[in-house]
Amino acid sequence: MADGIRVKDLNAWFGDVHVLHGIGLAIAPKAVTAIIGPSGCGKSTFIRCLNRMHEVVPGARVSGTVLVEGEDLYAPGVDPVEVRRKIGMVFQKANPFPTMSVFDNVAAGLRLAGVRNRAMLNDAVERALTHAALWDEVKDRLDRPGSSLSGGQQQRLCIARALAVGPEVLLMDEPCSALDPIATAKIEELILELRKDLTIVIVTHNMQQAARVSEATGFFLLGELVEFGVTRALFTNPRDTRTEDYITGRFG
Amino acid sequence: MTARRRRWVNVVMAALTALAALGTILPLLFIFGFLVYQGASAINLDFFTRLPKPVGEPGGGMANAIAGSLILIALASALGLPLGILGGVYLAESRERRLPWLIRFVADVLNGVPSIVIGIFAYTVVVLSMRRFSALAGGVALAVIMLPIVLRTTEEMMRLVPASLREAALALGLPEWKVIVRVVLPTARAGIITGVMVAIARVAGETAPLLFTAFGNRFWHQRLDQPIAALPLQIFAYAISPFDDWHRQAWAGALVLITLVFLVSLAARIATRGRYSAVR
Repeated sequence: MADGIRVKDLNAWFGDVHVLHGIGLAIAPKAVTAIIGPSGCGKSTFIRCLNRMHEVVPGARVSGTVLVEGEDLYAPGVDPVEVRRKIGMVFQKANPFPTMSVFDNVAAGLRLAGVRNRAMLNDAVERALTHAALWDEVKDRLDRPGSSLSGGQQQRLCIARALAVGPEVLLMDEPCSALDPIATAKIEELILELRKDLTIVIVTHNMQQAARVSEATGFFLLGELVEFGVTRALFTNPRDTRTEDYITGRFG
Repeated sequence: MTARRRRWVNVVMAALTALAALGTILPLLFIFGFLVYQGASAINLDFFTRLPKPVGEPGGGMANAIAGSLILIALASALGLPLGILGGVYLAESRERRLPWLIRFVADVLNGVPSIVIGIFAYTVVVLSMRRFSALAGGVALAVIMLPIVLRTTEEMMRLVPASLREAALALGLPEWKVIVRVVLPTARAGIITGVMVAIARVAGETAPLLFTAFGNRFWHQRLDQPIAALPLQIFAYAISPFDDWHRQAWAGALVLITLVFLVSLAARIATRGRYSAVR
């Protein structure tokens, strides 16, 4: 992962609606990149393009290139299933599988990919839950339903589930927007821990959060990337007046 | 004043809705009570173990009809459930527009076709080509009745599974078929089984489509390509007879039939009361 992710001239559509216009940026490896912008600016669509989840929506289309380790995710013949295994995703609302226990949720990715070895699964589940800072809280109730955990725990369960398949990149789509400040702080702490091993791209509405956790930030507006750069510089000395208006709350 | 009025309206409306809810289950309670009153006296061990006696002889039972009904339901389920559930998966998951629309439309029409017409269809297709009445023909007729119910409930229940779960599974790098089989179907399981139970309860009591397919049989059935007895048929035959003893047995048969449906529904409820079920 020396190269990180290089996005070139990325366009995305929902049917006839052109939602992303020629996005280009470079995401550093083993670092946190934040994507900010008002609702409907295309930031969620953007990260969904990074693991080929955008095309899951009927009528959705993508053009352009996304190079991960020099290989284009959108080259012909690339299997989106393989892409998603390497590039995990966490969603806005925690979505543990309701028919599965805590353990089964975390093991789901491996088990459904054909791993049967019990010892290997136990090991992977413990590692993923520890990694997601949830192990101590759930180690005594691994067989309880995943949906029995609190909202913040559920979100960390989803992070553990994504980590268990061993991705190189973790995409987070507003992972804290449904959580209280304490749960949010835990997730942010976790993000800072995870970036030692993973490339993280996080979409957030919360500018303080972007400032706290990320090295680089991109500001999206109306489907365009207005500004992209080092987080501190973007927040203290924005180059574009639209960025300045947004981060100072003078928008609209 | 307005607060008093609001409380008063609240009490009245709450009472009305409770009464209405009670009213919907009253018919069932009445039917069940009436069946017990009329039929309980004819229920004994013989009723479950003996064949019907010839006209004029007292006693006998409906063992062949009970077994026949179970066999017909099993046949109909074997034919109708795989087709209905797989078809429902297609309707829920396909990205096509026109074919699913057409299938949905036809299934809804089929659901409204009188069961006797479906009996005529099974008669024409199965009975005439085999040149005899048979359990198989009865099973086909009942399966056709089950199909649209199972198809549409499977589809509806799969659609109730939140899109976020599909996305979570896809984002783990699962191929679409595994997402369906391992995540969507288990989540929708309880609802699908409820639909299956509704379909079974519906066909268990069907009489008209069996009249000229399964035909009925006063003895133990021999093979699946031979006529077979069924509870609704036996009830019908006994109810229109002039003998008091047979009338009592008809009531008893109805009681057994309704109990059978009740037990099957109850068993399904208990079997699907999984701790993790989301959609019911």
